Amino acid sequence: MKKTVLLGAMTIAGLAAGAASAATMDDVKARGKLNCGVTTGLVGFAAPDANGEWDGFDVGVCRAVAAAVLGDPSAVEFVPTTGKTRFTALASGEIDMLARNTTWTFSRDVDLKFEFVGINYYDGQGFMVPKELGVSSAKELDGATVCIQTGTTTELNLADFFRANNISYEPVPIETNAEAQPLYLEGACDVYTTDASGLAATRAAFENPGDHVVLPEIISKEPLGPLVRHGDNEWGDVVRWTLNALIAAEELGVTSANIAELAAGTNNPEINRLLGTEGNLGEMLGLNADWAKMAIMAGGNYGELFETNIGENTPIGLSRGLNAQWTDGGLLYSPPFR
Amino acid sequence: MSTMTDPPSESFRLSQLINDTRYRSYTFQFIALIALVALIAFLGANLISNLAAAGLNISYEFLGEPAGYDINQRLIEYNSQSSHWRAAVVGVLNTLLVAVVGCFLATVIGVAVGVLRLSNNWLIRKIMAVYVEIFRNVPVLIWILIIMAVFIAILPQPRDFRGEDAEASMLLGSFAFTGRGFYFPKPVMGPGSGIVVAVFLASIAGIFYLRSYAKKALFDRGQMIPTLWPSVGLFFVPVILAFFVMGQPITLEYPELKGFNFKGGIFARNSLIALTFALAIYTAAFIAENVRAGILAVSKGQTEAAASLGLRPGRIMNLVVLPQALRVIIPPLISQYLNLTKNSSLAIAVGYMDLTGTLGGITLNQTGRAIECVLLLMLFYLTISLSISAIMNVYNNAVKLKER
Repeated sequence: MKKTVLLGAMTIAGLAAGAASAATMDDVKARGKLNCGVTTGLVGFAAPDANGEWDGFDVGVCRAVAAAVLGDPSAVEFVPTTGKTRFTALASGEIDMLARNTTWTFSRDVDLKFEFVGINYYDGQGFMVPKELGVSSAKELDGATVCIQTGTTTELNLADFFRANNISYEPVPIETNAEAQPLYLEGACDVYTTDASGLAATRAAFENPGDHVVLPEIISKEPLGPLVRHGDNEWGDVVRWTLNALIAAEELGVTSANIAELAAGTNNPEINRLLGTEGNLGEMLGLNADWAKMAIMAGGNYGELFETNIGENTPIGLSRGLNAQWTDGGLLYSPPFR
Repeated sequence: MSTMTDPPSESFRLSQLINDTRYRSYTFQFIALIALVALIAFLGANLISNLAAAGLNISYEFLGEPAGYDINQRLIEYNSQSSHWRAAVVGVLNTLLVAVVGCFLATVIGVAVGVLRLSNNWLIRKIMAVYVEIFRNVPVLIWILIIMAVFIAILPQPRDFRGEDAEASMLLGSFAFTGRGFYFPKPVMGPGSGIVVAVFLASIAGIFYLRSYAKKALFDRGQMIPTLWPSVGLFFVPVILAFFVMGQPITLEYPELKGFNFKGGIFARNSLIALTFALAIYTAAFIAENVRAGILAVSKGQTEAAASLGLRPGRIMNLVVLPQALRVIIPPLISQYLNLTKNSSLAIAVGYMDLTGTLGGITLNQTGRAIECVLLLMLFYLTISLSISAIMNVYNNAVKLKER
């Protein structure tokens, strides 16, 4: 028994030892690879394709950061993490950044000592039920068995929602999205709940997506975004402004198609500053002048990433909604590049 | 003339610590102890300094805060506003429930299979060998997942019970076997039911007294008193009489399909059943081998001597072989109980909220207090395991060979 305690303590001490490293950017440059934490597989957001290449909306953010820092969008080591392991992986230094549809909350930011660098998807928790149950509102779910992905904010929202509406339910905690699918399809639970984007992605993978409906209620705010460790502000800035560059590029009309042309110089000073032909923004970040150009070329601007991975023309079929640019009535609003 | 040699002076020299066999073992043990303490101190100091560097601290204050999540399987009152500590206690009780039921089932199955592996019947012997080899050579996690998957896929879901021409129906109108679990009628205690329960407990005590009296009569006077039918009579007759005399105070609450699920009655959740069953049959395969080893360790002469006294095979096993085999079986059996208890931490694979699922799962995740939760988790499991060991060691001392 003594040995068990000892081994446990060694593991913990080992985990904690990794946390002390500070200059993440130097580590990434020395390694020549970015270690990016993603989900274990959620179609559209992060999943390996038929060739084993990681692909998706969150993956696009990782590739953009790798392109900005290392000049190579493929210099990324993707580390699949579950809802449970993601924070330990980031805190221990196993990964440099986490892009795993993670909700920005107060306690994660302040108490867990992480730095959310922005929001790349405005989401909310929803419910999916089989059509044959004839349910049209989440408030009719009294007594239902609900499958939840454990280790997320969803189980807390769920408890709050049912308590606030004074109806009962039976929670079935499930470790990953993949394990939840067969349980839901076999009927071991009546309802599956997670972020609405996740529901759309899960439903797209079903044999008959039309047999299932997503209920209209959105019971929480889930701003999803990439995050880094607290205390390394230089690295935090790099990830934050790479994300902002993708968003600003869409707003300014910079796409992967016209970027080569625009990078030669334009009449718009903001585009010039963004693409590094004017000013020295790259130098301030400790990167090359063309950092943002590389990031945008990796997978396109924010709008392109959205359309190719989760947009209306993909099986996931999400509309922009809140995730449209502020000029189109959405919430995306990048601070100015100046 | 006699010569007297002085006893060697007992002056202690430092070299004796290494060279003298009286001290040498203490020296090395002491060095090993110092090294161990130093290592632990180094790791602890490293942990604390690194936590401080990361701006974190060790604090158990989160245990008093509301947990905020719900738990489906609970033996005590709990809701989402209860504290994290209470959630951990719910988890401990769930772990203990699986461990106790699992150990009991595993012992029953294991002993039966172990005895049958030595059967004279070729077919039974081989079937039991196949069972043992299949179950102990496939990881228990896979058994848990297979049994859960089969459970959900084969049994009808509550929605299949709905409608006029439902695909499934309840057994005898009172038992429902669904993919979400089993629903049984639940006894409802009315006024006066305490007396019925008391009568029932009294008749159980009566049965035990009867059996010990019969045993004493057999040993002291060689008198055989029949126990089987009187025991059965004692078990049923008084309690049924009391039940009707008191005016049928105990009624049954039947499960009924309401909304999405059955309501009422006793509900045994699919995850609990699948987990307990998987752990039990997996561990039973190991116990069966222990039992077989224990029986084979009793010399054949014992069996032959008992047979020559005219005992029948069943009695030879129960009265002569098994009591002697127990002293070989019990020590490895303790290990198997501990294994089963620790393997129950795989519960999250089927969504059963045991200690690892509550304290080591959701609580750890929501509070982010990984080190605190893991340390507490280790303490809980250590306590449970040591308690099982202690209880089983008491039993072992009771059955081991009395040497005088």
